[in-house]
Amino acid sequence: MSDRAEDFPLHRRDVAKILLNARDDMLIVTGLGSTNWDFTAAGDSPRIFPLWGAMGGAVMMGLGLALAQPAKRVMVATGDGEMLMGIGSLATVAVQAPKNLTICVFDNERYGETGMQATHTASVADLAATAHGLGFADTGIIKTDEELNKSLDHLTTGDGPVFRVIKVRAEPLDFVLPSKDGVHLKNRFRQALLGDSAL
Amino acid sequence: MDWPDDIFAAFKDAGVDQVAYVPDAGHKKLINACIADNDIKAISLTTEEEGVALSAGAWLGGEKCVMLMQSSGVGNCINMLSLIETCRFPFVAFVTMRGQWHEFNPWQMPMGTTTKKTLELAGLLVEEVEDPADVGAQAAAILHKAFVGQQSAALLLSQRLVPVKTFGK
Repeated sequence: MSDRAEDFPLHRRDVAKILLNARDDMLIVTGLGSTNWDFTAAGDSPRIFPLWGAMGGAVMMGLGLALAQPAKRVMVATGDGEMLMGIGSLATVAVQAPKNLTICVFDNERYGETGMQATHTASVADLAATAHGLGFADTGIIKTDEELNKSLDHLTTGDGPVFRVIKVRAEPLDFVLPSKDGVHLKNRFRQALLGDSAL
Repeated sequence: MDWPDDIFAAFKDAGVDQVAYVPDAGHKKLINACIADNDIKAISLTTEEEGVALSAGAWLGGEKCVMLMQSSGVGNCINMLSLIETCRFPFVAFVTMRGQWHEFNPWQMPMGTTTKKTLELAGLLVEEVEDPADVGAQAAAILHKAFVGQQSAALLLSQRLVPVKTFGK
């Protein structure tokens, strides 16, 4: 395992804030687990659906939402460990090719919730190359503030499906927890998106 | 084999928007009907658990998703079904059974013989159908249970409904 991620310049909490604030009508699914805390710290909102479990399901949840709401921008923000567990879903998304879906993998090369053990991206696995191999035409790796700022418009408005690995520092951070009541999270999301009749 | 047409008609009546599937011989006719329909989005999966999360995402966005799979795929869904149970998402799966009737392949037995119990343990309401004439009504009822009753449910389609697979023997 490499320790290089401890020196990555991007901080995940800053990245989440930048992405969340880029578009106030973007629908966001966050994966188990650190991206949940990152986006909650950036600003808890009904338009964010945080997954407290269902590891490997974030991308597919984003796909179902993106297909149901083609006029809305949908972003999946998840970690490298969560992405690895559902890696085949990238091929499923690539076949469907939803124009309104962006997937951002916050890659700190660690399993954050379980003690910062190395994921396969710490040594050999390249998720952007994998996404390309599974059918994404638009992939890449973001490593700096400058690259993030330059990509921001494309990530939030460009033709999808877009896949980006965002290399973020492996660092200890406080938990900032959203509600863990799944029924509440579901209902507030649907109410905000579809109105009171959806309850 | 006309019962797939009856399930498809029930999908149209219920206003199903998304149909997720892992290719399956028993569901072949129904899958092809969904692919050919202009209003239904047919989504081919790499593994069944993808369809569970997809279905939840569709409901978040105001659409109705159903899942088509074989009994061997049920085991692939277990942890992902916690999403359905915890958030009380409506969910419905149409499961073609293996391991029941003239099963040639012993490797299908472990999952085929435990499908119903497995789904029930995961929190789903499970119905079974063996008579081809009853499939349409059962399909309509299970879709109602999911999308009107807002439950998670599965309809098991008996292996007697599908052609016997013999591997050329």
